[in-house]
Amino acid sequence: MSLTEDLLAQNTVQLNSKIPLGSIEDKWDNYKADMKLVNRNNKRKFKVIVVGTGLAGASAAATLAELGYQVDSFTFHDSPRRAHSIAAQGGINAAKNYQGDGDSVNRLFHDTVKGGDFRARESNVHRLAQVSVNIIDQMVAQGVPFAREYGGLLDNRSFGGAQVSRTFYARGQTGQQLLLGAYQQLARQIGLGGVRLFNRTEFLDVVTVDGRTAGIVTRDLVTGEIESHAAHAVVLATGGYGNVFFLSTNAMSCNVTAAWRAHRKGALFANPCYTQIHPTCIPQSDEFQSKLTLMSESLRNDGRVWVPKNPNETRPAHEVAESDRDYYLERLYPSYGNLAPRDISSRAAKRLVDKGQGVGPLKNGVYLDFNEVIARLGHDVVQERYGNLFEMYERIAGENPYDMPMRIYPASHYTMGGLWVDYELQTNIPGLYAAGEANFSDHGANRLGASALMQGLADGYFVLPYTIGNELAPLLGKTIPGVDHPEFKKAEQAARDQYNGYLNIKGTRSPDWFHRELGKIIWDRCGMERDEQGLQQALSDLPALYEEFKTDLRVTGDGMSLNQTLEKAGRVDDFFQLGMLMCRDALSRQESCGGHFRTEHQTDEGEAKRDDENYCHVSAWQWGGDAMSPNLNVEPLEFEAIHLATRSYK
Amino acid sequence: MSNSIKNLTLKIWRQLGPTVKGAFETYNVDEISDEASFLEMLDYLNERLISDGKEAIVFDHDCREGICGTCSLMIDGQAHGPQRGTATCQLHMRKFSDGDSIVIEPFRAAAFPIIRDLMVDRSKFDRIIESGGFITAPTGGAPDANLIAIPKPVSDAAMDSAQCIGCGACVAACPNGAANLFTGAKVAHLNRLPQGQPERFKRVESMVETMDEYFGSCTNHGECEGACPKEISVDVIALLNKDYRKAKFASRKDLAR
Ligand SMILES: Cc1cc2nc3c(=O)[nH]c(=O)nc-3n(C[C@H](O)[C@H](O)[C@H](O)COP(=O)(O)OP(=O)(O)OC[C@H]3O[C@@H](n4cnc5c(N)ncnc54)[C@H](O)[C@@H]3O)c2cc1C
Ligand code: SF4
Ligand code: FES
Repeated sequence: MSLTEDLLAQNTVQLNSKIPLGSIEDKWDNYKADMKLVNRNNKRKFKVIVVGTGLAGASAAATLAELGYQVDSFTFHDSPRRAHSIAAQGGINAAKNYQGDGDSVNRLFHDTVKGGDFRARESNVHRLAQVSVNIIDQMVAQGVPFAREYGGLLDNRSFGGAQVSRTFYARGQTGQQLLLGAYQQLARQIGLGGVRLFNRTEFLDVVTVDGRTAGIVTRDLVTGEIESHAAHAVVLATGGYGNVFFLSTNAMSCNVTAAWRAHRKGALFANPCYTQIHPTCIPQSDEFQSKLTLMSESLRNDGRVWVPKNPNETRPAHEVAESDRDYYLERLYPSYGNLAPRDISSRAAKRLVDKGQGVGPLKNGVYLDFNEVIARLGHDVVQERYGNLFEMYERIAGENPYDMPMRIYPASHYTMGGLWVDYELQTNIPGLYAAGEANFSDHGANRLGASALMQGLADGYFVLPYTIGNELAPLLGKTIPGVDHPEFKKAEQAARDQYNGYLNIKGTRSPDWFHRELGKIIWDRCGMERDEQGLQQALSDLPALYEEFKTDLRVTGDGMSLNQTLEKAGRVDDFFQLGMLMCRDALSRQESCGGHFRTEHQTDEGEAKRDDENYCHVSAWQWGGDAMSPNLNVEPLEFEAIHLATRSYK
Repeated sequence: MSNSIKNLTLKIWRQLGPTVKGAFETYNVDEISDEASFLEMLDYLNERLISDGKEAIVFDHDCREGICGTCSLMIDGQAHGPQRGTATCQLHMRKFSDGDSIVIEPFRAAAFPIIRDLMVDRSKFDRIIESGGFITAPTGGAPDANLIAIPKPVSDAAMDSAQCIGCGACVAACPNGAANLFTGAKVAHLNRLPQGQPERFKRVESMVETMDEYFGSCTNHGECEGACPKEISVDVIALLNKDYRKAKFASRKDLAR
């Protein structure tokens, strides 16, 4: 018996992924043909709460309101326009095959499954590839100014892990333009009264009554007021947890609180150890740094990555002779070269820096060099393509990349793990959905570049609006629990107690101090490379630090007004608990796949070695009452349309 | 290697709430790396305040990459500080020198009430967008994206104004507290595109009227352009005015009909 079968027999929760019948190409059509519908006039009888106004949340809220549902939209930002999605630079994939280079839905599907190292659910990925084409049509209709060719048609570029050009972009600000598109559509609905917006309002808890989602509890960040909101269904589109590492490319306010509180209420958390470390970020410059900046992967279309062969090299980059440089990605992965996927490129950089071949004052980076392309195409063309990224680099690093190669190093960027959802994007709690980066659904153990924007918009525009109806149809005419139900009161009280608790500790260390220390442990032990000993160490260091957090935290101010220190305390608390689960998950997965690299499991050439016999499954964890005793549930992954194969980019 | 900047005196606006009177307080920062960003310097100061048992200074920020538009500080009387085309979060300490004294205030404008300390409420911008800053295209019915070719210069010009990050520096810099650069940027983005034509005049009319409800009026000072971190050109205001005049003319004709 394989380990997967063994574990399956011990599941504590019945996991039904609800994959529709039929061939992979037909599943989504079959689903839509069979799903239950809510009549347009009846839709207004249903209230749907959407938490999050990033790409996934804004597109879902706007579309659900267009369909006629009553929608309440929540964000802790001051405006829906500011969600973290805004920072995405490089682009969004779609199987349009506008370049005629052999792209198709099937190829995008294959690339995504392979890119995810065969740890994603096939049926979801195929649907994603199918609807990808609609996203581009939708966004162009809304006025997103994607880059165009001189003839007026849409332009494309290439991204890591693909040999076709299928990435649509708007200069280096694709996320901004897509988010503003979705935000404007949401704003229109707010203006029309279809959506009520609750800004500067933080989701704190999901409330369930008799096992079904009844609503949520929130905190008004300006007044500190804790409130309940009842609904027929709740969507969490609350983003990823990359900030568990403290230093990351995520926006400062990104956090796991929404997903984590849902997890504590019974929702399973899947594959928490699948995190993505992005290869091209500006290296840390000093101890005080609180945020790292990404340099878009699109730069690898034209930039060449290298380090000096000699660890003691002291010459400035442009004086190092060609023969003294190691273009290691081109050397190790000749067919993909500088566009090797993220996990692979990141590990390659780490190994060279660990060997002492790093560059820059702290020797903590590698070069990304544009010399060759500037010579070939000229300064102006390069400026047109990457101008704003070059300027951003210069502002931060104080060096001009037209003259000196950029220095880059991997950093935490994206999290593939998240709330477990079925084919309908519903968690195991009926009526609770998760969309965008907050769910675990489509990227397996590694996400390809330009696929997160695609997934967020696919979920919000083209999946949830259908699947929610299927759940709501049978509820027509039934009354749902109101906010005076005791479960709401209980959750409100628990939230008040929690925040008062932080204020009452009156210790000596700030939430940020704990966050930084926590992040260091996770980065060292559960970052780019993991091993048993390190993970065990983390599982003893983390609870110890967490104890300190609970007894030595200092939060100044009070709970009845705007208090950023208090907000942060709640978020760091959840990061602690999540961090423990990440290490537990990484420890239990005794194989290497995608972003999860266990040094014990590698090939002779140092590549990830999967174990399909025993680990071809999703690990979905159930909260077991405290952070150190979760229950493992597995969903076996079956590959019917694509054959399990070793992932090679040589 | 990084150098450090020494002996900074910060005069920072502290205010408990919208209706409470605020005042400047003075803080010293003995030493900070010149690689640090301006906001990292404030993070550092806040850590010190918390460890002294004091309340941290409240300020808005998020992406720290100059793209979300959340950060919003008046630094020495300039919205987003001394560096042109740069949002507060992208300003680095290497732009300052030993012994500098720096005044830090919130964005001030009648339409942006102070929430606390350096944080203001800019939700009136959302009201402007809600009134017309969109193209009506309900999900699902869109034609193929390449059906309408858009000349590259048109699409590039639309993108130039679509870059607005909604930070409000233009309003804070304007002696009248006008929002014409912000509103003009959105109108110039959407009204330039073929997809934006059907609602062109309706859009500009309702956006301008909503804007006038909350913000001051533009008297062509041009301070906004200099403060804008995205260097949006005042040309968008000319376009806004032109389309608004046409819209008014069109609605007069409608009324006469
Ligand atoms: C620097 C950077 C560059 C990137 N570039 C690309 C790229 O080029 N292509 C690509 O495909 N992907 C890219 N990504 C990834 C991609 O941007 C994200 O995965 C994606 O935007 C996530 O969208 P989302 O809608 O799921 O969540 P988010 O955009 O993170 O939105 C989360 C929303 O939830 C709200 N929220 C969260 N918690 C709460 C709570 N407790 N209460 C109330 N509200 C809450 C927030 O206010 C926010 O509105 C990039 C990521 C980074 C960090
Ligand atoms: S126009 Fe410029 S200054 Fe005004 S909100 Fe937009 S980006 Fe900010
Ligand atoms: S924090 Fe996002 S623009 Fe400054």
